[in-house]
Amino acid sequence: MSRPVWGCSGLAVRYGATVALEDVTFEVPAGTVAAVVGGDGAGKTTLLRALAGTVRSAAGSVRRPDERRLGYVSAGPGVWGDLTVDENLVFAGRAYGLGPDQLKRRVAGLLERTGLAWARDRLAGRLSGGERQKLAFAMAVAHEPDLLILDEPTTGVDPVSRAELWRLLAGAAAAGAAVVLSTTYLDEAERAATVLVLDRGRSLLAGTPDEVLAATPGLVVEAPARPEGIPSWRRGARWRAWSPGGSTPPGARPVAIDLEDAVIVAQLREDQRWAA
Amino acid sequence: MWAMAMKEFRQMRRDRRTLAMMIVQPVLLLVVFGYAASFDVDQVKTVVVGPRAGQVAAALPQRLDVVQVSSSHGRQDAVDALRDGEAVVAVVTADAGQPQVLVDGADLFSARSVVTELRGRPELPAPEVLFNPGLKTSAIMVPGLMGVVLVFVGTIATALGVVRERQSGTLEQLAVMPFRPRDVLGGKLLPYLGVAVVDLAVIVAVGVLLFDVPFAGSPLVFALGALLFLFVTVGTGVLISTVSETQGQAIQLALLTMLPQILLSGLIFPLQAMAAGVRWIGYLLPLTYFVQVARGVMVRGAPFDALLFPLGMLAVLGLAVFGLSIVRFRRDLAPAGPRRDADSADQAQVEATTSRAGAR
Repeated sequence: MSRPVWGCSGLAVRYGATVALEDVTFEVPAGTVAAVVGGDGAGKTTLLRALAGTVRSAAGSVRRPDERRLGYVSAGPGVWGDLTVDENLVFAGRAYGLGPDQLKRRVAGLLERTGLAWARDRLAGRLSGGERQKLAFAMAVAHEPDLLILDEPTTGVDPVSRAELWRLLAGAAAAGAAVVLSTTYLDEAERAATVLVLDRGRSLLAGTPDEVLAATPGLVVEAPARPEGIPSWRRGARWRAWSPGGSTPPGARPVAIDLEDAVIVAQLREDQRWAA
Repeated sequence: MWAMAMKEFRQMRRDRRTLAMMIVQPVLLLVVFGYAASFDVDQVKTVVVGPRAGQVAAALPQRLDVVQVSSSHGRQDAVDALRDGEAVVAVVTADAGQPQVLVDGADLFSARSVVTELRGRPELPAPEVLFNPGLKTSAIMVPGLMGVVLVFVGTIATALGVVRERQSGTLEQLAVMPFRPRDVLGGKLLPYLGVAVVDLAVIVAVGVLLFDVPFAGSPLVFALGALLFLFVTVGTGVLISTVSETQGQAIQLALLTMLPQILLSGLIFPLQAMAAGVRWIGYLLPLTYFVQVARGVMVRGAPFDALLFPLGMLAVLGLAVFGLSIVRFRRDLAPAGPRRDADSADQAQVEATTSRAGAR
C-alpha cells in the first residue's frame, strides 16, 4: 500500500489585500519529517494553518487527513496553563474521542516518552519552555495522528530540550505520521527529509536538503577577511561569499555549503531579482 | 519624566478604544444618566372600578392618570389589575361611602408619591398599600439586584473566560481540534451557566431569608425569567469576547454594557420618571425586563400570563444577542475549506479546493 502524501499545491492565501502565500506547493509523505523555513513574516505560520484548515485559501488545493487524524501545535503555548499536565493530556485525548482505557494507556505512555511523568500533577503554566513544548507535542500525538503539524516547536527552547523534541518528532515519523514543522533554525531543518524555504509568501527553495544544496548555483567561498566585490556574510569568525560565476576570489577557498549557505544564496538571488 | 509622559501619550493615542472610553464615555454617560436620574413620578397609571367609577374618576387628582374606568368591575378585579402590572393605583368605588384606594407597593416611587399626596389631603380616602405594605426599599431592590448579580456572572465571567482562551493562544488549538463551534461554545458556557444558576439560588435564598423579600409568585415563572435573562447576559459576554483582544478590553466593554442597565432599567430610577429621550434606551435593555419579571413574581405574585411581555422581550433579546454572538464566535473559530462531518468515516482525505472568489 502506498504511503499517503499530504501537503498543498499552488496554494495562495490572502489577508485582505496582503498576500500571505502565493503559489506554494509542498509535500509531506507519511513517515517523514518536513521543515518549513523562513524569516519572520515569510508565511510559515499561514502555511501551517492552511494545512491544518484554520485559514481559508484563496487558490490552490490542500491535502490533509480528516480533522480527527490531524495533530497541531500552535506557535503559542498550545497548552492550558491552569490545567495540570495530566488534565491537559486527558482533555486532548477526549477531544479526539479516545475511550477511558485507551486514554489511560496513551497518557501513561506519553508521560513516559516525554519524560514528564514526574510533573503529571504540575500546572502546565509552571513548566519550563521545553517541558511545555513536550506537553504540547504529547497532546498533539495523543490520538496518533496521520499528519502532525508543529509551528516553531523549538523556538526559545534550550538545546537539550530541542534535542529531546527532535527525538520525539523522529519517533512520531517512525511510527508512520507525516510531520511538518516550521523553524527559524537552519541546522535543525537539515535533519528533515524535505525542506521548504519561504520568502515573502513564496517558495524560495524546496526539496530534500541534498537537492537544495545541489541546486545552489555558482560557488560559495570562505575567507578570513571580507571579500571585495561579491555578496558576502559572516559565519562565526570568518567570511563567506557567493561567486555567481564560480570563480574564487584571491585569499578565499571554496567550501562545501550547508543549508544556511544555500538559503542565503537563494535569498541574495531573490533580492537581486526584486531589485531588477 | 517628559520622555515617559510622551511615550504614554503616544500609546494612549494609539489605543483608540481606551481614549474614547476616557473622553467620550463620561460625557455621554453624564448626559444620558442626567436625564434618567429622577425619582419624581408625575403620572401614575390608575384604574377606577365600581358603581360610581365614572363620577369618581373625574374627580381624581391630576397625578392619577386614569387608564381604565369600569363600573362593572369590583375590588378583586382591581387587585388583579395591580398584580398584573396594568396600573399602580386602583380606586374601588361603592354605592355609598368613600371609595377605597389600592396602591401597588412594588412600584415603590409611584406608590410613595401617591401615598404622600393622599395622606396630605384628609378629604381623600386613606390608601391601602398592597404587596409591599411597608413600602420597604429592600423588597423591590433585592429582586432587581439579583439581575445585576446575574449580569456580573453571566457577562463579565463569560467574556473573560472566552477572551482568556484567545489571549493565551489556546483558541487556535481548539479551532484545530475536532469540535464543532457549537461544541466549543456550549462546553465553554455550560460551567458558567451552572455557576450562575447556583448563584441565583443562593441570592434568592439570601434575599428571602436575610432581607425578608416576599416570594409571592411561582418559582417556575421566576426560573424561566432568570434563565432567559442568563441567556442574554451570557450571549452578551460571548459577543464582548469576540470584539476584545485582551481581558482588560473585555472588562471595559462589559462595564460599558452594565452601567446603562443598572441606571436605565428601572432598577433604581423609575422608568416613568425618565425623560422620553432616554427612556427608550431602557426598553432595549434586558435588565429592564428581568426587573419587571423578578418584582412581578416575587413581590406582586404576578402570574405567567401577566408577564408574557417581559418574558417575550427577554426571549427576543436572547435570540438576537446569542445569535449574533454565535455568528461572530464561529468566525473566530472558522475552519478554512469544507471540513468533514464529525460522523463520517476515518482516514479519508480532504481536498480543500477553493476558488479565488472564495477568498475571505
